[in-house]
Amino acid sequence: MELKDIIKEENIVYKKSKLILDNVMHYCPGCSHGVIHKLIAEVIDEMDIQEKTIGVSPVGCSVFAYNYIDIDWQEAAHGRAPAVGTAIKRLLPEKFVFTYQGDGDLASIGAAEILHACNRGEDIVCIFVNNAIYGMTGGQMAPTTLVGMKTATTPYGRDVELNGYPMKMTELVAQLPGTCYVTRQSVETAAAVRKTKKAIRKAFENQKEKRGTSFIEVVSTCNSGWKVDPVKANKWMQDHMFKFYQLGDLKDATKPEGSEYEQYIKE
Amino acid sequence: MMGELRLMKGNEVIAEAAIRAGVDGYFGYPITPQSEVMETLMLRKPWEETGMVVLQAESEVASINMVYGGAACGKMVMTSSSSPGFSLMQEGMSYLAGAELPCVVVNVVRGGPGLGTIQPSQADYFQAVKGGGHGDYHAIVLAPNSVQEMNDFVTLAFDLAFKYRTPAVILSDGAIGQMMEKVVLNDFVPRRTEEQIRKQCGDWCTIGSKNHRVVTSLELDSSVMEKRNIELLKKYAEIQKEVLFEEYMVDDADYLFVAFGLASRICKKAIEMARAKGHKVGLIRPITLYPFPTKVIHDRGIKTKGILCVEMNAGQMIEDVKLAVECKVPVEWAGRYGGIIPSPDEILEAFETKIIGG
Ligand SMILES: Cc1ncc(C[n+]2csc(CCOP(=O)(O)OP(=O)(O)O)c2C)c(N)n1
Ligand code: SF4
Repeated sequence: MELKDIIKEENIVYKKSKLILDNVMHYCPGCSHGVIHKLIAEVIDEMDIQEKTIGVSPVGCSVFAYNYIDIDWQEAAHGRAPAVGTAIKRLLPEKFVFTYQGDGDLASIGAAEILHACNRGEDIVCIFVNNAIYGMTGGQMAPTTLVGMKTATTPYGRDVELNGYPMKMTELVAQLPGTCYVTRQSVETAAAVRKTKKAIRKAFENQKEKRGTSFIEVVSTCNSGWKVDPVKANKWMQDHMFKFYQLGDLKDATKPEGSEYEQYIKE
Repeated sequence: MMGELRLMKGNEVIAEAAIRAGVDGYFGYPITPQSEVMETLMLRKPWEETGMVVLQAESEVASINMVYGGAACGKMVMTSSSSPGFSLMQEGMSYLAGAELPCVVVNVVRGGPGLGTIQPSQADYFQAVKGGGHGDYHAIVLAPNSVQEMNDFVTLAFDLAFKYRTPAVILSDGAIGQMMEKVVLNDFVPRRTEEQIRKQCGDWCTIGSKNHRVVTSLELDSSVMEKRNIELLKKYAEIQKEVLFEEYMVDDADYLFVAFGLASRICKKAIEMARAKGHKVGLIRPITLYPFPTKVIHDRGIKTKGILCVEMNAGQMIEDVKLAVECKVPVEWAGRYGGIIPSPDEILEAFETKIIGG
């Protein structure tokens, strides 16, 4: 069989979502942001809600998320995406609204906005990319930086006495009655990518059913900020980040018996 | 037909006028002396009547960013606050101006700085008219001096905000927010449908489309950013034609008072007293503080022997008055600060010592 016989429409097993625009992505090679964008675009495309979706992009490396997914977007101030998303959804209840934020954006300057939007149970999807560092501003400590991790502002490693403890936002928002679905995923392997996509799909379905806030943390790497190559970054994340930020569903109101995590903490 | 006549508080009127103007959303956070705005809205349940969204946000930071989200959908959205809250809103004001979004922000000013006092003041003049947040921008600023104008300026502020796609501020003070006066209310205007919004807003509103619309104030390329600044400056030049002011007894005036808001009403009393003593004093009241009525103050002002700028602050608008008359005539300040309202006697005395005597 010749190559031209293979390259045929009916043989396509995977292709770029038509909602991913052709703009060249500005992310570092190996960065998780691009993969997560792709998944969001696929879900919106598959649900056929392009014309009904409004994204709210953050401040941080993904500040230009709006250049890559072909929907309407609003660019929010640092940390304020949940407030912006709240208003969009309240004023346009039939539309789909999601926010996209990094850990510095969501857990630091925007801690109040995310907690209150989740607590009010705003019918939005919140995507939280936790790479344990401030990527854009050059690798400073984030609220999620692990103890001992070296960053530009913790050059000797994060010291609890000096810098406090890393913050588990996902555990926090899972406590809030307004959230209906809270999960922690990753995108470093094909299997993980598939699970994260399922989670994003579920979150958008929740919004369709007006169930409350869906919150998806994606534990990620920032190889540039961490100053390692992408392969090492993935390995380090698997060995260290996953220990502290355990993957899996923390809350799932669509399951009457609760998520595995909820069952676990009940026992 | 004359509209409905009622006796109402300034703050209550803001709420009533918003419902009647077909406002889509109000996002606020309580602070004295303006909390009645949201309280009135909550009591009235406009969501049942017009579908208007009313939400108590977790902070002023959140409320102004909610305003940003709603404004970017082409909706008529507003918030209200008082000085410390207005300070917190400056982040959002700058983003709204940068993204060229229309909205209305009511600041019922109290004395400061800091937590200050809950008594009326005009000490947020600089913050309101000079930008307030970061970057080169202005908001349109309207200064009511009566409960009736609290009503009238809600519609006017929205009209101007949408005409120029820019935030508009209603800068009143605690006294006008709290005082009760007769007010003629507007007739009800229905909220716009999604179709009407799409038509009115053209291609900038993000309410879901296939056209990849993006609302943002970000531009990393400085040469493009400079162009955006130039566009904004052109807009601010256009806005200059929206100047509004009131003149009172100016035709034969040897002297001028310049005052806005509540201070302008006190000046009228002081003018009466001054004229009884034979001093020909008139008043120019800027109604729009931005755009500032520079030309009329210049043209009238340079023909007088002196100008007294009366403010409930330590002298902020006086800088714009001095610029207007290019310092060709003496300009002096009178007033009180810290939440105290000056009396007509005090103003008259200041006029006699600083302008006549000086
Ligand atoms: C009010 C404000 N403060 C600070 C900044 C600077 N700033 C830009 S991005 C950023 C951190 C973003 O980190 P994160 O949310 O973790 O995103 P990442 O870049 O890692 O994807 C900061 C502090 C800003 N833009 N606005
Ligand atoms: S700095 Fe980090 S978060 Fe930013 S693009 Fe590079 S890898 Fe991604």
